[in-house]
Amino acid sequence: MPLSAIDLAKQFYDKNPGITPGHRLCPGCAAPTIVKIALMTAIANGYEPVVALATGCLEVSTTIYPYSAWNVPYIHNAFENVSATISGVETAFKAAKKRGEIPADKKLAFFAFGGDGGTYDIGLQSLSGAVERGHKFIYIVYDNEGYMNTGNQRSGSTPTGSDTTTAPVGKKMSGKVQLKKNIVEIMAAHENVYVATVALTDTFDFMKKIEKALAFDGPSFIAAHSACVRFWRVADDQAVETSKLAVETLYWPLYEVERGVYRVTKKIKDPKPVSEYIKSQGRFSAMLKRPDAQEIIDELQQYVTARYERLLALEEATKDKPVRGPWSKKDVQTDEHAM
Amino acid sequence: MPLKQAITGAEAVAYAMKQINPDVVAAYPITPQTPVVEYFAKYVADGVVDTEMIPVESEHSAMSAVVGAAASGARAFTATASVGLALMHEVVFIAASLRLPIVMAVANRALSGPINIHCDHSDAMAERDSGWIQLWAENAQEAYDFTVMAYRIAEHKDVRLPVMVNFDGFIISHGVEVVETLDDELIKNFVGKQEKIYPLLDTSNPVTYGSIDMYDYYFEHKRQQVEAMKHVPRVFKEIAEEFAKISGRKYDLVDEYMLDDAEYVMIALGSTAGTIKHTINELRKEGKKVGLLKPWMFRPFSKAEYQRLLTGRKAVVVLDRSASFGAEAPLYQSVKSTIYEVASKPQMGSYVYGLGGRDIAPHHIRQAFEDAFSGNLIVDEERYLGLRE
Ligand SMILES: Cc1ncc(C[n+]2csc(CCOP(=O)(O)OP(=O)(O)O)c2C)c(N)n1
Ligand code: SF4
Ligand SMILES: [Mg+2]
Repeated sequence: MPLSAIDLAKQFYDKNPGITPGHRLCPGCAAPTIVKIALMTAIANGYEPVVALATGCLEVSTTIYPYSAWNVPYIHNAFENVSATISGVETAFKAAKKRGEIPADKKLAFFAFGGDGGTYDIGLQSLSGAVERGHKFIYIVYDNEGYMNTGNQRSGSTPTGSDTTTAPVGKKMSGKVQLKKNIVEIMAAHENVYVATVALTDTFDFMKKIEKALAFDGPSFIAAHSACVRFWRVADDQAVETSKLAVETLYWPLYEVERGVYRVTKKIKDPKPVSEYIKSQGRFSAMLKRPDAQEIIDELQQYVTARYERLLALEEATKDKPVRGPWSKKDVQTDEHAM
Repeated sequence: MPLKQAITGAEAVAYAMKQINPDVVAAYPITPQTPVVEYFAKYVADGVVDTEMIPVESEHSAMSAVVGAAASGARAFTATASVGLALMHEVVFIAASLRLPIVMAVANRALSGPINIHCDHSDAMAERDSGWIQLWAENAQEAYDFTVMAYRIAEHKDVRLPVMVNFDGFIISHGVEVVETLDDELIKNFVGKQEKIYPLLDTSNPVTYGSIDMYDYYFEHKRQQVEAMKHVPRVFKEIAEEFAKISGRKYDLVDEYMLDDAEYVMIALGSTAGTIKHTINELRKEGKKVGLLKPWMFRPFSKAEYQRLLTGRKAVVVLDRSASFGAEAPLYQSVKSTIYEVASKPQMGSYVYGLGGRDIAPHHIRQAFEDAFSGNLIVDEERYLGLRE
C-alpha cells in the first residue's frame, strides 16, 4: 500500500520530519518542502534518514553555526563532492554492519541533496562515480535552475532566456542562449539506477517515487523542480503554482526510468503553452522585451513538445525491457544492498 | 615473531594497512602510489582483510569519501601522490578542520607542470599548512612503522587530526628493502579499537558535520586546530615509546645521526638522509665533525627540538627537495626561523636538490658540506645541487 497524505499527517503533525523550522531559507522557497516530503516518506517507511548536502542555499541556510535545522544525522563536506561523501558514509555503514557494530536490521536511508550547480555542473563527476559504483543512496537535486546561493548565476540547468548575472540579458545577448542540460537522461544512462522527476504539485507521485527509490536495489536519482522565489522573481506564495505550470506546460515532465524502462507518470493531454510558464516569472521579463522573444519561446516550445513525444515513444519502446538485471533475483544481492 | 621480508615501500605500507584492517579504504591510482592500492585491493579480493574498498573515480572523491567514512566512525585510509594530492587539496583542509583521524600515505612525487612522475616533495609541501600531521620516512621500514603508529596519533583524544605518512616516490615506494614486520596480533593490539567520537551513524544522537561558520566562530575553531597541533609532539613521543617496546625501534620528532659532537649539521627529509649518512661516515673518517638531523615529523614543526639541537653549531646546511618560488625553500624557512631565537647562531645555507627525481649523489652532499667547512655559506642565498646552469 503506498503511503497517503493522511498517513503522513498522522505521523508528523506533532513530530519533526528531520528538518526543523527556524532555518534561514527565503520565505516561500521550495527547497525545504522537497526535503520534508522525502524525509517524511522515508521515516514513515521505517527508515532513519542520514543526510548529506552539497554547498548551496539549502546548506548555508540550515546550518549557520552554532545552529542546525537538522535533527537527523547531517554532513556537509564541499560543493562538488556530496555524492563521494555519501559513498563514504554508506560504505562505513556497510563495514559497521559487517563487523557487528551496528545491528543487522538497522534501516538507514542515505540522502544526498544538491542544488543544480552541485549536480549538473561541478558535482557531476562525483555523482556519476557514486552511481556507477552502485552505492545505495538517494540523490535529490532541488533544481532552482541557477547558482542562487551566490546570487543568481547561470548553471547548466538555467533555461534559455533566463536573466542571470553571468549570462545577463543585454543589448546584444538574450540571456542564457543554451537549452537546459538534460540531467535526467544523463543519470538514466547509468542504467543500474532508478531515476525520476518530481514536482511539489504532485505530492503522491513524489512520495511514490521516494518509496520506489527506497526499495530499489541500487542508487536512485530524483530531480525536483524547485522554484526559487527570490531569483525567479515570483511572489513568495507562488512556488507551488510555478511548479504546477511547469508540469502542465510539459516544461517539467513527470516520469521515471527504472533500469532503462521509461514510464511517464503524469500524462498531459492538452498541455498549456510554455509561454505561460515563461510569462509567469520575472526572470524572463528582460528577455521578453527583446525583439527575438517570440523566437526564443518558439524554440523552447518545440523542444518541450519534442521531448515529451520522445518520452512517450520511449515508454512504449522500453516497456518490460530493462537494460540491466537483476534478471533473476538472488537473495545475496538484496542482502548486500539492503539499506 | 618479527618477520624479515624483502619488500618495496609500497608493499610495506599496504602490509601495515592489512594488519590494521581498516573499515574503509577509498583510493585512486597514481604513479608511484599505485602499488599501495593494488596490494590492498588484492588483500580485499582474497578476503585477507574485511575492509570495504571504494574504487573512486578521482582523488577528490577519495578524500571526500574518507571524510564521509571517518565522520561515520570508520577507520579510513587513502593514499596518493603529486597531482592526486593537489586534486584533493580542498578536502584535505576540510578533513583536518572536521578533526577526522584519517591516515593517508603519500608516495612523494613532483607536482606538474611540466608533468613528471619522479620524486620530490612539492606535493606534500603544498599541503604543509592544511592542518595535517606530516610524518616523513627515510626508508620502507620507517614507512611501515609510521603507518602502524599513525592511527594511534590521529585518534588520540588530545589530537584528533589526520596524519600524512610521506615516503619518497620510486626511491622508497618501488625500492626493495628488508623490512622487519611485526606479528598481526601485536599490531592489532597496538593499534586497538577506535573510540568513536560523534559518529554520524548514531541516529539516536544526531550531529551536524560541516556547518557554515562565520566571523563569529570560525576563528575560535581555527584556534582549536592550532591547539590540537601543539599536543602532537607529546602524543607522538608517548606512542613512539610504546612502539619501541613492541618493535625495538625508537622514534622521536627528529632523527639524530652523529649529531652529539657535530660542528656541521645537515638537515633533510626522506630517503636522501640515507645518502647523507653514507657521506657523513666518509667525512668522519677524514676527521670532519659532521652530523645529520632528519625530521621524522615536519608538521607540527617542533621548534624547541631544533633550537636545542642547533644552538652553538658552526654551520647548518638545509637540503630541500622542493622550491618555494619567490621565497626560501620550505624546510629552510622553517629551520631558519627557529634559529632567530637561539643564543648562539650557526651559519646557515640553503640547498635545493632532486627536483623531479634528479639524482642526488654523495659528491653533491660533500660539496654542500665543503661550502660549510670553508665558511662559504650565505644565509640568504639559495644554491642548487646537481643542476646544470
Ligand atoms: C569549489 C567551489 N566553487 C565555488 C563555490 C561557490 N559556490 C557556493 S554555492 C554555489 C552555487 C550553488 O548553486 P546550486 O548548486 O545550484 O545551489 P543553490 O544555491 O542554487 O541552491 C557556488 C558557485 C564553492 N563553494 N566551492
Ligand atoms: S535564494 Fe532562492 S533558492 Fe535560495 S533560499 Fe531564497 S528562494 Fe530559496
Ligand atoms: Mg541552484
